Amino acid sequence: MEELDYNIVEEAAKQLYIKALCDLPPDVREALKKAYARETNPAARSVFEAMFKAIDIADSKKTLLCQDTGLPIYKVRIGSQYAWNGAKIKKALYEGAKRATQEFPFRSSSTHTITRLNPQTSVGPGLPVTYFDFTEDSDELDILMVPKGSGSENMSKMQMFYPQHGIKAVKKFILDTVIESGANPCPPGIIGVGLGGTADLVMKLAKDAITRPVGQRHPDPMIAAMEVELEEAINATGRGPMGLGGDVSCLAVHIEYAYTHITQNPVAVNTQCWPARRARAIITPAGNVTYGF
Amino acid sequence: MSKVHHLTSPFSESVIRSLHAGDIVYFDGPLFGIRDLTQIHIFDKGNRPPVSLEGMPCIHTAPSLRRVGDKWEKICVGTTTSTRMDRFTPGLIGEYGVRAIIGKGGLYQGSLEAMKKYGAVYLAIVGGAAALETEQIEEVEAVYFEELHPEALYRFRVKNFGPLTVAMDSHGVHLYEQVGEKIKEKLPEIYAKLGVL
Ligand code: SF4
Repeated sequence: MEELDYNIVEEAAKQLYIKALCDLPPDVREALKKAYARETNPAARSVFEAMFKAIDIADSKKTLLCQDTGLPIYKVRIGSQYAWNGAKIKKALYEGAKRATQEFPFRSSSTHTITRLNPQTSVGPGLPVTYFDFTEDSDELDILMVPKGSGSENMSKMQMFYPQHGIKAVKKFILDTVIESGANPCPPGIIGVGLGGTADLVMKLAKDAITRPVGQRHPDPMIAAMEVELEEAINATGRGPMGLGGDVSCLAVHIEYAYTHITQNPVAVNTQCWPARRARAIITPAGNVTYGF
Repeated sequence: MSKVHHLTSPFSESVIRSLHAGDIVYFDGPLFGIRDLTQIHIFDKGNRPPVSLEGMPCIHTAPSLRRVGDKWEKICVGTTTSTRMDRFTPGLIGEYGVRAIIGKGGLYQGSLEAMKKYGAVYLAIVGGAAALETEQIEEVEAVYFEELHPEALYRFRVKNFGPLTVAMDSHGVHLYEQVGEKIKEKLPEIYAKLGVL
């Protein structure tokens, strides 16, 4: 078979960044509508109405929903039934993120961490953040793009508890972290939680959790029950949309977990704002691209 | 009960004093854009703005604009977190007569005191909704301290700008703190229900 033209992947990486910034996923829209339906505080209801108007304008004018273009993250799943070239995919993601920034054009939110110089490309050492995973039963390339804004990312927290602290300390930590975040992450958003693993894996799990469509529960009933319990606790605080008071303080709690060390009990929280932006492209070996979420 | 107000900027002291925490505001008229560097330039480096801010609303923003000939056009205007700029606020209100600060996340006690003393408010915008804000800006009328762009001093003209929630009023009420206090009261019950006590 002839090798795929990786310009197709680069073009998809570009389109994905733009699509994610302009076109909010249907599950998030639905979750906001449901949240609005149960909100009783009049000021909070007007906050939701403004969100819906902003979504409509972004749709009709193909403009950015939020001005923070975030740090670009690409999560790639490679189907093993085709000889995908990993190095070429990585390069295509880098070029695609850069071209999106310069050709749309939108502001680059990415900068040198010490000099603070921003070359207006959205890319640089370590950026875009890229993750690769593999699946046996497919020949497709699945790319999920997430632009991560700073108001919510700055509220990230992790803690290495000990087993003796149990699940109690973990749940309290999650709730306390959300309460301390206040209005900063533009609530109501998705609270991503990682449990177990190593220090790095636990935060990666929390980040995976925010990309799960709202409305989907974790397949493990024990974890799913914990998600519901934490959602109820967070909404009972009354923090409300934009932290101004109200019935809805989060759209969902999503938890992902991994096995951990016998002496460890790690937990991490990664919050996503109400514009829980993401976009997906599925690319076939023949070069056909389908966009979705 | 929260009221909805449709106002025109610049604002008089009596109009501002009629606003109460939890009310909703929309307004038409001029709006000034300011950010960290703008205020460092004014207060730390001692450069007086070349335009009067008397009665004006100021929004915390670093707008994306495009230069077309001698005009500036909007691309995307969103609002940033206010707390970083708290220390400049009493000066804006006391020295320059600003009557409304627009941002997200709120300000601290010193700013609340200045609002009480001189008659000013903090209006919370819906963060993440830049598409709407940009739409409500009719024109970028002027850019002062242009060398500081995107953190210069901007004069926008807005139409039906809002909804904005009065989050700090001129009577000393701080909505974010009120919400925080209520959370503290409810917390033992929430902890108990979650089984973490
Ligand atoms: S916290 Fe999220 S929604 Fe709010 S301004 Fe930042 S990126 Fe946008």
